[in-house]
Amino acid sequence: MRDVLLATVPGVLVMTWFFGPGTLINLVLGAAVALALEYGVMALRGRDPRVAISDLSVLVTSTLLCIALPPYAPWWLIVIGVVTAVLLGKQVFGGLGYNPFNPAMVGYVVLLISFPIQMSSWALPRGLETVPGLSEGLQRVFSPGSIDALTGATPLDLLRQNTGLLFEDLMTSRPELSGWAGLGWFEVNLAFLLGGLWLLYRRVFTWHAPIAMLAALGLCALMGYDGGSSQSGGSALFHLFSGASMFAAFFIITDPVSSAVSNRGRLIFGALIGLLVYLIRTLGNYPDAVAFAVLILNFCAPFIDHYTQPTVYGTRKPTP
Amino acid sequence: MRVIHDIHGGIHPPERKALSQPGTLQSLALPPLLVLPLRQHLGVPARPVVAVGDAVLGGQMLAEANGVMSVPIHAPTSGTVRAIESRPIAHASGLEDICIELETDRQDQWVVLEGMPEWRDREPTMLAEQIRSAGIAGMGGAGFPTAVKLTPGPQRPIELLLINGTECEPYITADDTLMQCYADQLIEGAMILAHILGADSTLIGIEDNKPEAIACVQAAVAKANASIEIASFPTKYPSGGEKQVIEILTGVQVPSGGIPADIGIVCLNPGTAVAAREAIVEGKPLTHRIVTLTGEALSQPCNTLACLGTPIAHLLQEAGWASEVQQRVIHGGPMMGFAVSNLDAPVTKITNCVLAPTQSELPLPAEPKPCIRCGHCAEACPASLLPQQLYWYARAKDQEQLTTHRLFDCIECGACAYVCPSHIPLVQYYRAAKGQIRDSEQERKRSDNSRERFEARERRLAEEVAAREAKRAARKAAAQQQAISGGVDPVQAAIERAKAKKAQQGSSE
Repeated sequence: MRDVLLATVPGVLVMTWFFGPGTLINLVLGAAVALALEYGVMALRGRDPRVAISDLSVLVTSTLLCIALPPYAPWWLIVIGVVTAVLLGKQVFGGLGYNPFNPAMVGYVVLLISFPIQMSSWALPRGLETVPGLSEGLQRVFSPGSIDALTGATPLDLLRQNTGLLFEDLMTSRPELSGWAGLGWFEVNLAFLLGGLWLLYRRVFTWHAPIAMLAALGLCALMGYDGGSSQSGGSALFHLFSGASMFAAFFIITDPVSSAVSNRGRLIFGALIGLLVYLIRTLGNYPDAVAFAVLILNFCAPFIDHYTQPTVYGTRKPTP
Repeated sequence: MRVIHDIHGGIHPPERKALSQPGTLQSLALPPLLVLPLRQHLGVPARPVVAVGDAVLGGQMLAEANGVMSVPIHAPTSGTVRAIESRPIAHASGLEDICIELETDRQDQWVVLEGMPEWRDREPTMLAEQIRSAGIAGMGGAGFPTAVKLTPGPQRPIELLLINGTECEPYITADDTLMQCYADQLIEGAMILAHILGADSTLIGIEDNKPEAIACVQAAVAKANASIEIASFPTKYPSGGEKQVIEILTGVQVPSGGIPADIGIVCLNPGTAVAAREAIVEGKPLTHRIVTLTGEALSQPCNTLACLGTPIAHLLQEAGWASEVQQRVIHGGPMMGFAVSNLDAPVTKITNCVLAPTQSELPLPAEPKPCIRCGHCAEACPASLLPQQLYWYARAKDQEQLTTHRLFDCIECGACAYVCPSHIPLVQYYRAAKGQIRDSEQERKRSDNSRERFEARERRLAEEVAAREAKRAARKAAAQQQAISGGVDPVQAAIERAKAKKAQQGSSE
């Protein structure tokens, strides 16, 4: 758990560089709410709250959720998200280890469906707008509407709304889309990839789910690229390094509790998430798709487990 | 060169084998009292053949085998039988068992031993019987009666005798020491065992962290000019499990629920081979074994040739034990061994190691946290099981799922618990679940028996009724027969009368 938190540091730093202290405000506020909730619930359940908090799992949940929320989101959005994630995502099922769904994604989806406007207003990255300072950031969070701030669509959003431009033209038409996968977004994804590779090196999880997801997403994007027409789904590079791709691959779908358990199962689990992410991104109504794809596959995990049991010693059929 | 196969999973815990200085045997003082449990093997306890007060000689039989799955117990030295009663033994649950207590007289007088150096001319069955009557049970840890393994029956021809010198568990160096100190005896023992089994080939497998043992055994093979192959393979826990070592060295898996003999292999511990040689060539029963005394709480850790029945406390004191507060003493190794609750418990045929670690050396397990299904256990499992699923099903007491997830293929090696980041004592759950499933199977068998008995009774009652019916019918038939042959049938007459009466009434109207 501690390793997972540490591994988010590069990504969070890059996000802070491009979008200002919004993500940090999210994280601090979210962590405070999450810790208070976990403490309260465990006390109510008659368990030692300090033991529950010391496993850091609740901080991981709030951290992952708050990274996914738009910087400078109103404070109540964060509170509702964290309450949903910790209470409905995790504690109602019995706490750590018992939740069938990824708690952070439960919180995220509830917010996305309930507050679509707030959830799709991302701050513009450095280079398009001056990045707000801490006090301005706090003001935007705690008294929403008091400051007129420019927010805009994310690159994935722009791609979805594109109707008439070739992909190459689209990428040069808007300053947000400069670079390979959108201004700032490429670097953010790269940073999360870095953190994820460190976790792989630390053997916190196996490579199966992340690599399967990225491979499936990249393959789908390659097949759907059609040379970059206005109907195209965007290039593979764009899909792999935009939105929440790397963050999802290494931090979300690797949650062991709600994923498939065997390595073979995790390959299938990851690949299907990659496929769903691509399908929802290109055909669905939402700009990014990770949360939905993850929740749907959380449903499927026990089913996948049932069909991917490893061959136990001594039960291998003799090779003729 | 033999192809070495890899097994799934496995772990590399710190080996800590140098601590007990493998390769040299320390001789320790004989204890004043030996405590010999009647069951030091897997199976039925032996039956005492001596009485309290009897003076016995070394090598004399104290208790006889009680059936096929049993082996006798012999006196390790001369002395007097002081008691035959319940005593604490080395047991995971701290149980007591019936033991013979032998007060040693320090004379060490022995019965006259008669060996069979010309074993090559003897019948295998006769040699196997000799091994049984020498009290030999597998010395690797399970204590399976060796004679049973040596007689797999004509439907299981044995191609390969595999001597398992892996000794993969950390700390333990008893087999390592044995292979270095008794290499010649080991080779002759292996040849005897191969002769009994009619095995085509013999293979000695040793992990590559024991180069001295490999060299000694190689030299002994060359000296004896024996056709015995020696294979070394990479160190990994639990390569020494019988099923694992077979896969490593042959690439074949023992079928689930089967035994190695099903695929033409018999796997024995080197200690067992040396004991078999002593039993056959010298006629000496199994009365001693090599025990590793180790752990940082001992000032002189060592290997020693201990009398069976030596109290563990005596050995620890001889090895310079400085007891800590809350000192744990482990019977066996740190992975599969168990803590001994009473140090009066004796060394038995399966005691390969007594480990007295300090707190800092082998800390007590941390408080278990919830399982997060990380899957590290499945990576480590040498049987390719899904330990985390088994854990959930064991907690839910879901016996059906436990069986479909093949709980009974678990070898209880503890690799899963070792890697568990939540410190869950997984093997304990599996052991308990296995026990519960065995219990409910017994329960089912009992109720099946009752049902069968009930059905048999119903059948018997029905048959009795049918028999009575038949008898009655026979009597009736006999009566009719009599009526036909000897006059009026009373029934028929009554019917006739009634008919006549009815006809009369009809005509009168």
